[in-house]
Amino acid sequence: MIDDLITASVLASGIRLATPYLYAAIGETFGQRSGVLNLGVEGVMLMGAFTSLWAVYEITPAGATSYYGPALLAGVLVALLVGLVMGLATAVINVTLQAQQGISGIGIYLFGLGMSDLLFQKVFRGEVITVNGFPKVNIPVLSDLPVLGEIFFRQNLLVYLAFALVPVTWFVLNKTTLGLNIRAVGQNPEAADAMGISVTRVRYFTVTLGGMLASLAGASLSISLVNVFQQNMTAGQGFIAVALVYFGAWRARGVMFGALLFSLVNALQLQVRTKGIDVPDEYASMAPYLLTIIALIFASRRIDQPAALTKPFERGE
Amino acid sequence: MKKLALLVTVVLVVAIAVPAFTSAAQTQEKLRVAVVTPSTKSDLAFSQSIIDALLAIQEERGEENFEFVFSENMFVVEDAATALRDYASAGYDLVIAHGSQYGSSLSDIAPDFPDTAFAWGTTVDTFQDQGITNVYAYEARSEEGAFVMGVMAALLTESKVIGIVGPIETGDAKLYVDGFKAGVLWQDEEIEVLVNYIQSFSDLALAAAAAEAMLAEGADVLSGTAQMVPGAVNKVKEAGGLWFATQSNQSTLAPDNVVASQVYDWTYALNPIIEDVLAGEIMGEAYSLTLENGGLRIEFNEDFELDEDVKAAGEEVMQAIIDGDISFEVDEDGTLLVIEAEAG
Repeated sequence: MIDDLITASVLASGIRLATPYLYAAIGETFGQRSGVLNLGVEGVMLMGAFTSLWAVYEITPAGATSYYGPALLAGVLVALLVGLVMGLATAVINVTLQAQQGISGIGIYLFGLGMSDLLFQKVFRGEVITVNGFPKVNIPVLSDLPVLGEIFFRQNLLVYLAFALVPVTWFVLNKTTLGLNIRAVGQNPEAADAMGISVTRVRYFTVTLGGMLASLAGASLSISLVNVFQQNMTAGQGFIAVALVYFGAWRARGVMFGALLFSLVNALQLQVRTKGIDVPDEYASMAPYLLTIIALIFASRRIDQPAALTKPFERGE
Repeated sequence: MKKLALLVTVVLVVAIAVPAFTSAAQTQEKLRVAVVTPSTKSDLAFSQSIIDALLAIQEERGEENFEFVFSENMFVVEDAATALRDYASAGYDLVIAHGSQYGSSLSDIAPDFPDTAFAWGTTVDTFQDQGITNVYAYEARSEEGAFVMGVMAALLTESKVIGIVGPIETGDAKLYVDGFKAGVLWQDEEIEVLVNYIQSFSDLALAAAAAEAMLAEGADVLSGTAQMVPGAVNKVKEAGGLWFATQSNQSTLAPDNVVASQVYDWTYALNPIIEDVLAGEIMGEAYSLTLENGGLRIEFNEDFELDEDVKAAGEEVMQAIIDGDISFEVDEDGTLLVIEAEAG
């Protein structure tokens, strides 16, 4: 019974589903560690999803039946560029203009929701089109491993990159001067400023990086996981990503654990229903959210939230 | 001088008022329709089907006689209710709420505008039992086309495993899923039918993951209903499987994989309603799209080389449904019953 439910393909599906959450939540982790909450992740994801698909569609030669490398590269670069612009805009609003971060984030979300749909209507007349997205890449030798090969080493490049970001993020935040500055700015910006660290510059960097990763999260949906764009296709994933940062206690490893828990349970509940096991659909689809909330309750005991989170900084205060 | 001023004033008033009255008279002759849809008008599914129907009606009747406006992406019911009330207040002759989630809002709004015709779907409830007489209802008997495509799917599967992705187990989606499954099992009861309601109309990634799970279980023919299915179609395309579509023709999504699409033609429900409105006799009736009245059509994908025998089997079942030899009923438990007329 359990063997039928927790199969290698279910676990591999869970890993894939975790990808957009991972990009978005790691980006948000950088921002929050420096003291800036960005609730606009969902909107940036939508912009990244649309623009990357648009780039792939435009650059792929007409009639191509397989993926076209330069088009996929362009899709990723366009998503990063769009994320950079939206991240910078977020930084201007939150850091320079010192807006109330919860409210400004909702504004950024609504902008992304509306603008991505407007572009979708203008460019494709709102028609759902498909593109040839990132193909699976089998890692030599490792992909032949029994069970583990299918789960971990037969995914596409954007999936590998998302998981590679976890140790990189840990290293940057914990073992570099930049990471030390980010943490210092998030804990005590006045002290950091006194030490000669530019709070504004650090926050601009983290929020912009967060925007780029959120946009890449959107691209991982539209040109890697499903290869189409639809209005509001992120379906709340950006907000879940923000929650995963709290779940992961502002640590890359914790964020990854949360994203995996949520996505694996999601893949598992799909399998339960595919197998026709008599569990009411409503309870099955509730399971990932319920488990995440329960885990969050227990995780909250060890939370050490950045002390200056959501607090604007002004020199000389 | 006073007389001249009076004359100028009268001329000016007439000059301004006459075109205004003429314009009003012209507007009265033109039928004005407003529609509120839950998703984008080009979703290749539910919302697009009503917009396509209104465009067809406009083309038939002429833009000078038929005007329609729409509010799309009204996934928040409260926003839709505001839009419906605004359209009714603005004097539209027929206001359409295209989504069964809008029902309770409509039953609040319709009594406030007794001279306006309203329509909503998919349902057969016209609120007559609440004393409301100006609400029409429309539905698609989507189980009919689903049954036909299920029969063809059963003939096409090699693995003997077929998957169906649905949004929420209710209304039109449930009828489609149940009809498709019934068609498969009617043709070959040995086939395993996997059904997955993902509890979302919009989560493309989840629809894709559901399709992947079915493909991993050996399914080689899939189908699905609602706006999130493009996610599933793409996974079928990647795996080289086959797909049966509904609500709109989805052949463009995967020209090598889509076998056929059940297409809704709401003109068969809207035209009688429009005739009532034009005649000034708002009756509040319910209309159904069926294979028999042409409101449901099976469109085969021209790019897909379908085995002639399979196509013939599908067409034979379709004719049996049109002739009433095969019919459907939903019992009190919500189970779809297939009723075959006795031969002779």
